[in-house]
Amino acid sequence: MDAALPPTGTEVKLRSEGWRLAVLAGLVLALVGAFLLNLALGSVRIPLSDVAAVLTGGEASKASWAYIVLEFRLPKALTAVLAGAALAVSGLQMQTLFRNPLADPYILGINAGASLGVALVVLATGAATGFLSNVGLLGDLSLIAAAIAGAGLVTGLVIVAARWLRHAMTLLILGLMLGYATGAVVSILIYFSVPEQIQAYISWTFGSFGGVTGRQLAILAPVIGGGLLLAGLLTKPLNALLLGEAYARSMGVNVRRVRFWLIAGTSVLAGAVTAFCGPIAFLGVAIPHLCRALLRTSDHRVLAPATMLMGGLAALLADLVAGVPGSRSVLPLNAVTALLGAPVVVWIVLRRDGPRSDFAT
Amino acid sequence: MLEPILETNDLAIGYSARRRPPRLVAESITLRLWPGELVCLLGPNGAGKSTLLRTLAGMQSPLHGGVRVAGADPYRLPPRELARLLGVVLTDRVEVGALSVRALAALGRYPYTDWTGRLTPQDETVIDRALAAVGIAAFASRPVNELSDGERQKVMIARALAQEPKLLLLDEPTAFLDLPRRVELMGILRRLARESGRAVLLSTHDLDLALRGADQLWLFQPGGSIRVGAPEELVLDGAFQAAFHGDGVVFDPHAGAFKFHHPPVGQVDLVGHDLPTLWTRRALEREGFVVNGHDGPRSAVQVEVLNQQCGQTLWRVRHVETWQDFPTLSQAMSGVKACLSLPMTE
Repeated sequence: MDAALPPTGTEVKLRSEGWRLAVLAGLVLALVGAFLLNLALGSVRIPLSDVAAVLTGGEASKASWAYIVLEFRLPKALTAVLAGAALAVSGLQMQTLFRNPLADPYILGINAGASLGVALVVLATGAATGFLSNVGLLGDLSLIAAAIAGAGLVTGLVIVAARWLRHAMTLLILGLMLGYATGAVVSILIYFSVPEQIQAYISWTFGSFGGVTGRQLAILAPVIGGGLLLAGLLTKPLNALLLGEAYARSMGVNVRRVRFWLIAGTSVLAGAVTAFCGPIAFLGVAIPHLCRALLRTSDHRVLAPATMLMGGLAALLADLVAGVPGSRSVLPLNAVTALLGAPVVVWIVLRRDGPRSDFAT
Repeated sequence: MLEPILETNDLAIGYSARRRPPRLVAESITLRLWPGELVCLLGPNGAGKSTLLRTLAGMQSPLHGGVRVAGADPYRLPPRELARLLGVVLTDRVEVGALSVRALAALGRYPYTDWTGRLTPQDETVIDRALAAVGIAAFASRPVNELSDGERQKVMIARALAQEPKLLLLDEPTAFLDLPRRVELMGILRRLARESGRAVLLSTHDLDLALRGADQLWLFQPGGSIRVGAPEELVLDGAFQAAFHGDGVVFDPHAGAFKFHHPPVGQVDLVGHDLPTLWTRRALEREGFVVNGHDGPRSAVQVEVLNQQCGQTLWRVRHVETWQDFPTLSQAMSGVKACLSLPMTE
């Protein structure tokens, strides 16, 4: 029937799959490299051979290096990877769910909700003395619970609104307003707080991967691991949601259930990260676009692992820059992610097709 | 004994809201859709075509009565089960980003694949067949966002076909297409119904295509009932004219199309037989003239379409005792208006 034989499914798949596997492999290598660099560089420079020795249980050239690597830099680097992966993949999920290229947990007000939860714990209960590093296990759990509750509350409102409102733009304005409202409550809390508590809260809003101890990591890691796993399980319905909810339903997606799990997963991921690392901007919105452009696909089975790897990599690099290797000063992490992330978003907007072509308009 | 693929019994459709009486769109709908049948759903804007389709697709609950798709209740079936019986193509133009034609069509395998969405060789075969059925197999590796509207619509249909449904519902699939693409799409849908034994139901505003292509028409009547019948029957018994009756347009059962409804501005006799005569008639009718043939009553103005030896057409306009020849149709139209002292358009 056809004069020229169309490429079969296998041929089409093979051509693009080669490139995608190469990108994913490159991301894994870059992630490992950036991870080792994060362990080696900082206010004190530790040779990679000594880092390797410490990691494999051997002796470093200086005894203090083992302490620095194991007690400080390793938890920090692990936190950065987990947080970056979590924010990037929840950004991906939100962008597809809301069919909006600007959506991320931060823009929809989820982080504002988490901030409110944390502010209530820090400012209202005065749990801030020696913030985060000194609070006990109970403190960790109440912080994480507060952040998740705050994030969950805001996401719940957003999703209820999303069910009634047809236009994504309205939803973004709603998220913005929720952000203002929670910000106002935080302002009131700050107004009635003592300077030490305010200082602790403000430095929390700068964002940092360094405040997480090994013990806190034991809470953060399984929570984020669960969220990432859930994100992996939801890639199939996310692909169907690319066509919008009506089509997804007609193809057999239980939209209500999938929407619930997407929202739940995102609030847990964003809430947990925000509780321990502060509200970290830009990773959530920028990384998914970067991955779509790099992998030239909207297939979430490829994009979900790619955004996790790329998110972890970007967080490691941002942390590396924020640490200003060779100096004693540390830049606010949020300033670095925004400075690195803003040009990426600008580039996406100026790209030929633009993000408009990724979603319904 | 053949089973209907879709049946409704005394169905009432509409919208129910809390603390308000339900808004009834149409009621007493009893319909049957048989394997291999292509049915067009027609009605004026706002008559409830989309509401009916949404109700039949299980996306919206009926106010009363029931729907059966292949013997099953679409409101009770799990979404995956329903997706194997029923494929849907909606009006909205969908932007899907960076997906290939094939990857988009492959989404139709959703109700058959495992949680990873992995495609088995059998799935691949079904997708290949679906792409070939709508004639886009050659585009399989092209990104969807580079396609024209017509090609995109075909991909969406291929995706629905990949669900291997017994019933295909399409909400105004021809809305964004130019006329040749509409005719082509209608042909594809007809063939799909005939060859695969599926039932195809589409809503459309394309009366002409529906009249020519559908096995049955479901016609929304004023007052919220639905007339069912072969296209020709509905034209002959006046149901068509009644359904679309409105200011400014009339359905012409002779032409099978709608015409602007002007108060007549005058009478013209037309002499001739060939294609130029046919289009001269249309030009005259567009301007609001009542056109009489040879055997009609004699009017003051007569237009004769003359074919010359050299192959050129000449329009001879007679008025009472005088006549004048015009080399083009538009000049002839001006001539006719001048005879009747009508205002010129130019």
